[in-house]
This record gives sequence, C-alpha cells and structure tokens, in this order.
Amino acid sequence: MVQLTHFSAAFVFALCASVVFGITHRETTRDMVRYGLYCFVMFLGGVIVAGWAMWLIRR
Amino acid sequence: MTNSTPVKTKPAVTPSQNASTIAVIAPALGWLIPGAGHMIQRRWIRGTLLLLSIGSLFVLGLLMQGHIYKANGGDILDILGFIGDLGAGGIYIISLAMNWGQGAIAMATADYGTKFMIVAGLLNFIAVADAYHIAIGKKQ
Repeated sequence: MVQLTHFSAAFVFALCASVVFGITHRETTRDMVRYGLYCFVMFLGGVIVAGWAMWLIRR
Repeated sequence: MTNSTPVKTKPAVTPSQNASTIAVIAPALGWLIPGAGHMIQRRWIRGTLLLLSIGSLFVLGLLMQGHIYKANGGDILDILGFIGDLGAGGIYIISLAMNWGQGAIAMATADYGTKFMIVAGLLNFIAVADAYHIAIGKKQ
C-alpha cells in the first residue's frame, strides 16, 4: 500500500497530467516540452497558492 | 504484333484505405493499452511517455487503495466515475477481472487514489483522440 502526502500526490498528478497535456496539445517537440513545463508549474503553483490562500482564510 | 502499352495493376491496398484502417486501429489500440495508438504509428517516445504517465497514475491509484467504479445506473457521480475509469481501457478491465479496488475507502489517500484512476482514464481519452488526429494526418 502506498501513502502519499497531499503535496506528493499533487506532484505526481501534476507530473503525469503535464506529460500527457504536453504531448497531446502541441505539434513540435520543443512546443510539447515548453507546454508540459508550463502546465506542471501551473498545477503545482496553483496548489501552493491555494494552500496559502486557505491558510490566510483560516487566520 | 505486341501491345506496348504498360499494364496497370491495381494495388492491393490503396493509401486511403490504409489511412482509414489505421484511423480505426490506432484509437482502439490506444484505448486498450495507453500509448499504443502512438507506438503503432511509430511515435515511440510519445507512446512510451503516455504509457508511463497514464499507467503509473492508474497503478498508484490502485496501490493507494482507491475505489474502482463498475457500470451502474445510480448516482450521477458514480456514473461519471465509471466513465472516467473506463477510459483506462485494458488496465481497467484487468482490475475489474481481478476484483481490485473494491475495498471501502478508509483514509484520505484512498480517495486521492480514486481520483488518480479517474484522471488516468480521462487522460487516456485525450491520448486516444491525439492518436486519431495523427492517423488522419491532422497532426504530425
């Protein structure tokens, strides 16, 4: 059985989804890599921003 | 007297027939085995990356004791969960046959696992559509 923390689960999700998005949404290899990295940063950035937003709301 | 005009032989399979065949086979195979729709069209690296990404997401979901939805006519969320899971193709069929993912969800990570498997299926739907676009020449 595998137990992931919230962040590591978000990291794995972002990595796998970004690879698929990069490959399927762009034409050239260079664009695929760029778009995949963009999606990855947006996924993880969204998690961190949402986390801090919830921390601020809680205070 | 000999006839000098060249004899035209009809090819067994025309290019358009070939394209239409691959346009059916590639998405079907891609659904059954994630990434195979790309591999059959000689996009080896793309196919391997898709297989690794979608496959590992689904397997991690199973290892996290996520729930696998069966065909049902009940709650709308259960139906949508089933459609998502169904996208994973062969892995989903094997999981059902082996009766995996049927335990009660007892921890938060198991719920993450359920979502991982649904997302893996949905990502495979996108990969299938991409394999089809490559087969019809819409994408390189």
